[in-house]
Amino acid sequence: MAVLQCNALQLRYTGMMPEAPPLLSARGVTKYYEGIPGCRNVSFEVWPGEVLGIVGESGSGKTTVLNCISARLEPTSGTVEYATRHDGPADIYRMSEPARRLLMRTDWGFVHQNPREGLRMGVSAGANIGERLMAVGARHYGNIRQAATDWLDKVEMDTGRMDDLPFTFSGGMQQRLQIARNLVTAPRIVFMDEPTGGLDVSVQARLLDLLRGLVSDLGLAAVIVTHDLAVARLLSHRLLVMRRGEVVESGLTDQVLDDPQHPYSQLLVSSVIHP
Amino acid sequence: MTAAIEIGGLAKSFTLHNQGGVRLPVLAGFDLVVEPGECVALHGPSGIGKSTVLRCIYANYRADRGRILVRHRDGTVDMAATHPRRILAVRRETVGHVSQFLRAVPRVAAEDVVAETLRGRGADPEAATKAARRMLRRLNIPAALHRLAPATFSGGEQQRVNLARVFVADYPVLLLDEPTASLDRENRDVVFELIREAAGRGAAIVGIFHDAEVRDAVATRTVPLTAAREAA
Amino acid sequence: MAEDGYNFAYLDEQTKRMIRRAILKAVAIPGYQVPFGSREMPLPYGWGTGGIQVTASIIGRDDTLKVIDQGADDTVNAVSIRKFFARTAGVGTTERTEDATILQTRHRIPETPLGPGQILVYQVPIPEPLRWLEPREAETRKMHALEEYGVMHVRLYEDIARFGHIATSYDYPVRVNGRYLMRPSPIPKFDNPKMDRSPALQLFGAGREKRIYAIPPHTGVRSLDFDDHPFEVQKWEDVCALCGSGESFLDEIVTDDRGGRMFVCSDTDYCGRRREAGHTGPATRDPEGSGA
Repeated sequence: MAVLQCNALQLRYTGMMPEAPPLLSARGVTKYYEGIPGCRNVSFEVWPGEVLGIVGESGSGKTTVLNCISARLEPTSGTVEYATRHDGPADIYRMSEPARRLLMRTDWGFVHQNPREGLRMGVSAGANIGERLMAVGARHYGNIRQAATDWLDKVEMDTGRMDDLPFTFSGGMQQRLQIARNLVTAPRIVFMDEPTGGLDVSVQARLLDLLRGLVSDLGLAAVIVTHDLAVARLLSHRLLVMRRGEVVESGLTDQVLDDPQHPYSQLLVSSVIHP
Repeated sequence: MTAAIEIGGLAKSFTLHNQGGVRLPVLAGFDLVVEPGECVALHGPSGIGKSTVLRCIYANYRADRGRILVRHRDGTVDMAATHPRRILAVRRETVGHVSQFLRAVPRVAAEDVVAETLRGRGADPEAATKAARRMLRRLNIPAALHRLAPATFSGGEQQRVNLARVFVADYPVLLLDEPTASLDRENRDVVFELIREAAGRGAAIVGIFHDAEVRDAVATRTVPLTAAREAA
Repeated sequence: MAEDGYNFAYLDEQTKRMIRRAILKAVAIPGYQVPFGSREMPLPYGWGTGGIQVTASIIGRDDTLKVIDQGADDTVNAVSIRKFFARTAGVGTTERTEDATILQTRHRIPETPLGPGQILVYQVPIPEPLRWLEPREAETRKMHALEEYGVMHVRLYEDIARFGHIATSYDYPVRVNGRYLMRPSPIPKFDNPKMDRSPALQLFGAGREKRIYAIPPHTGVRSLDFDDHPFEVQKWEDVCALCGSGESFLDEIVTDDRGGRMFVCSDTDYCGRRREAGHTGPATRDPEGSGA
């Protein structure tokens, strides 16, 4: 069968090869809250175009890890390295603050479980999407608006509602808006904290499909924290299983879910109700 | 290595930590060589480890010992030892796996589920969708169903979507776990055809065919599996 | 002469020195908000306590003071502040813009262009331009330090999306000297161009928020805008009903309860002096006209 090759996809394809350096490396990341461990000695790498899932029960430290690797919470010890576009790998807690903040609003995205935390609720959907563009110097209203229209379309929202305030949208639509707002600057990695957490099951499924499509079409790397193994299976290439602040098992998603090795992973997998 | 698959000394057991740490040995020193163009049928009673062999090759089961070499691009990859990203590359380009049950994102249309295989291999989305529809038609999924999500389909229809998503691409290695289990005669014949075509273009096929008639129709060779306890 | 019992210009000399240090720093870093120890004043917050403290710290015995509120010299706020300095500093006061050495203002910049040596003191209610989107002071300071000003355009974007044009008409945000984002206090955006490269020194005092900032003479001040929606000032179809000026900022005045109204200059000094010079407007030309 003749298969047409598309350059962008071809790039992503080679990006997945082991020769390309990892985009993000966490080494021995440990975070203590007032002496209480949030996560301990967590090490992993994320390659370009790869989706890494972090699963575990609440309190297992998965959100702590996500915050530590996304420059939102400095670890007590350990390092987090990010492969910057121009200067190669850099320790995100040792680079200058302007450089780190620029990274956070251009090269990175962060999708919160509660869209209210990730959206600017007082301004319109269009302005929410355009904000990052304006933050990096876009000064042409027409172009910003066009980009906002394109992104509403990509996340399958009604472009006619561009000037509506976020609170007039449903939870699922707010989450789409949050995703569009993050992706408009073409980030290379997106951190997501329970992105489908607060949504109805029917809405969840569509959002999952959208996320999966965006991640693969854009060649995005992503780290997704979820307690939902079904979400993890559908979205992530690899999984980390966390328990009591430590990674107890890691591997390909279907390896971990189909053939769990650690007692805790086995318990987790066997506890899921299959409808 | 001229073979498409070369398995040597494969051992696999399961330890059930939450059930008193029971250890179930399934494979102990399993060997298998499959050349391009061969269709090997794994044979043996239920629970003997036929699916386990397929899953170890596909690497969603982790081998305890042994090597599982698969010809990939210009070299070989040991699926039991390589890193996850290479396994994914092998699955994308080289090894297609028809599992017993279809697993797909809810609410995604059948044709998109099938086209995804080609898109993942870098195909143009439009061309991928066209090819997907062609394969679904060939497997007698009526066009009216192509835009619907397979979750609403009957068992046989779901199985055919599952077959389509693998046969839509020219995988050099095919792993087939009961591919005709819930199919009627007409559709079974289509699958025979697809398997023969794949073998004809040089694909190496390992399958589990419960039905003797099916086995006889497609298999070029039958490999019996024996219980791990006896073999060990 | 100043009344007995007060130090010259009300504030004690230590406080004035502290405020002058803040002013010097503000002048050295145009547009940067310098914190200062704002004092209790014998007026409530919102009545110009920041401006009064700045004026009190820079005023000398030879200075001539003009105070305006919404452009007018004769409104309560202007009159009481002028009297305050007449009593506590005994300085001369004037209503003529070009005669003043120090002008304290609320909500306007005089129409008469300011010259070298003059100082314009603004009363500022809220100094922080980023406050609307970021409530944390530590964060807004960081945003200033790192020049993270892109979000300010979000507000202008919203204006255009909602009204088809930038509807913000006063306290319109500016970049000073190509660096700091600054709120010019609630002056109409009509006055924004007057700040740019003005030969006068412009000082801003926020009493409640305890901030002082400055635009030194001849400093560039640019109003934010979009490439395809450039900054524009207000325009009127009418001219001043009293002096006929078509170039000044006009206030709309309701003249009766039957819908009668007229537009007059908000700058009373400018308007009065034009009339003295013989200029007339629709109302002064036609005595039968609306309520003049």
